[in-house]
Amino acid sequence: MPHLAVNDVRAKYGALEVLKGVTFSMGKGEVLALVGPSGSGKSTVLRTLVGLTPATRGQVEIDGTAIDYRSSGAVRAARDRMAIVFQQYNLFQNMDVMRNVTIAPIKIKRRPTREVMAEADRLLDMVGLAHKKDAYPDELSGGQQQRVAIARALALQPEILLLDEVTSALDPELVTEVLDTIRRLAREGMSMIIVSHEMAFVREVADQVVFMDQGEVIEVGRPSEMFEAPRTVRARDFFGKIIRH
Amino acid sequence: MERIIEQLPRFFTEGNMLLLLEAAGLTLAMTFVGCLIGFGLAFVLVYLRQAPGLWALPLRLICIAYVEIFRRIPFLVVIYLVLFFIQTVSSDASLFTIAVIAICIYAIAYTADIIRGGLESVPRTQIEAAQAMNMSRLRTTFTVVLPQAWPVIIPPAIAFAVSFIKDTALVSQIGVFELTFRGKELNNQGFSGVLVYGTIAMCYFMISFPLSLLGQHLEKRLATPRGERRARKVRRA
Repeated sequence: MPHLAVNDVRAKYGALEVLKGVTFSMGKGEVLALVGPSGSGKSTVLRTLVGLTPATRGQVEIDGTAIDYRSSGAVRAARDRMAIVFQQYNLFQNMDVMRNVTIAPIKIKRRPTREVMAEADRLLDMVGLAHKKDAYPDELSGGQQQRVAIARALALQPEILLLDEVTSALDPELVTEVLDTIRRLAREGMSMIIVSHEMAFVREVADQVVFMDQGEVIEVGRPSEMFEAPRTVRARDFFGKIIRH
Repeated sequence: MERIIEQLPRFFTEGNMLLLLEAAGLTLAMTFVGCLIGFGLAFVLVYLRQAPGLWALPLRLICIAYVEIFRRIPFLVVIYLVLFFIQTVSSDASLFTIAVIAICIYAIAYTADIIRGGLESVPRTQIEAAQAMNMSRLRTTFTVVLPQAWPVIIPPAIAFAVSFIKDTALVSQIGVFELTFRGKELNNQGFSGVLVYGTIAMCYFMISFPLSLLGQHLEKRLATPRGERRARKVRRA
């Protein structure tokens, strides 16, 4: 049984159908990469999974249990199991790093403060920012902010981590530090869905690549197959362009 | 002019001054209480208005209608409306209460937009991040949005309250013993109008001016980026 199964999920922004039936599944500890041209609906898939964009149809299952996104209780349960990191980090600007990381585990998950603080220390150390825990987001570089955002998501102890173009807003020299963090999480067996344009990175860490275009899944495969021998014309076109660049 | 000079010693007596001081206190209290309650209610109004979902649609319409209507009615008319409305439901409400309610109603309409602008100045993306962490709307508003919205809300809200101090003169029309009302009284006692209203004007100025300075100070303080504010604190320590 797959850890996460997404089945025929559809979503609309107003009248525009942005997801036209997306289906894929992933196992525990896997890294799944969603790739495709801009506007193909990759980010929307992640937003739908955490209930930020409502799905108009389809089904999402975690460990075989379907999540009914029409019920707010089920959406909360889904958010308990999946955490999302955004392209623009979206840190709370009025809170220092430590509070950004600990507020939800303490206030929402109601875990013991001391335990959460200790874990936050460990996570900030892992992302290499233990010395910045009293800093405010506007005192950090983009790369540092994004690493805090990753620590914040991990502090929620998600079963699946969703990463939405987490390096796209960063200056090139800051991309590496964030990718290193993700690489490390992948080694530690964190289940992740990554939306990324860093193709070399995707190829390196992903167990499975899902290629999307115009709201549809066009092709699913292992990175080596996908990058070297895409079966569909659209995938060939897309990967061909990237490799030429 | 001679009459004024001749009246001076009789006018600036302890009794008269105490009377004016009390009236100034009443003016200030009315404005303060009315604006504070109005501000609180305006916040509730805006919070309800921004509620997501279809069920909140009638609420949203009511809120919009409220703001649009009361901003287009003269304050004096609001005062009379409240006076006559309250008098039909309960005959023993004090004039002060009526004045405060009128100020409240007016303050809600004017500060609601200030508060809405403040709340909307906080990037939507931070709210989504909170949402994705299962933070409730109320908690998100209090822990994420409001702390960042204060710098945008406070200065115009204070400016409104300060400018409103002088508009409360209108409640003298229903007989609340505030500054303008006392002025009328003294004038009726035969004191020169120039003398009386000149003094009253000074009173309004002396109340408003320090408060608007305070407002400007707060504005400057709130506009300072957190990093600098913190550095300053560290330097001071």
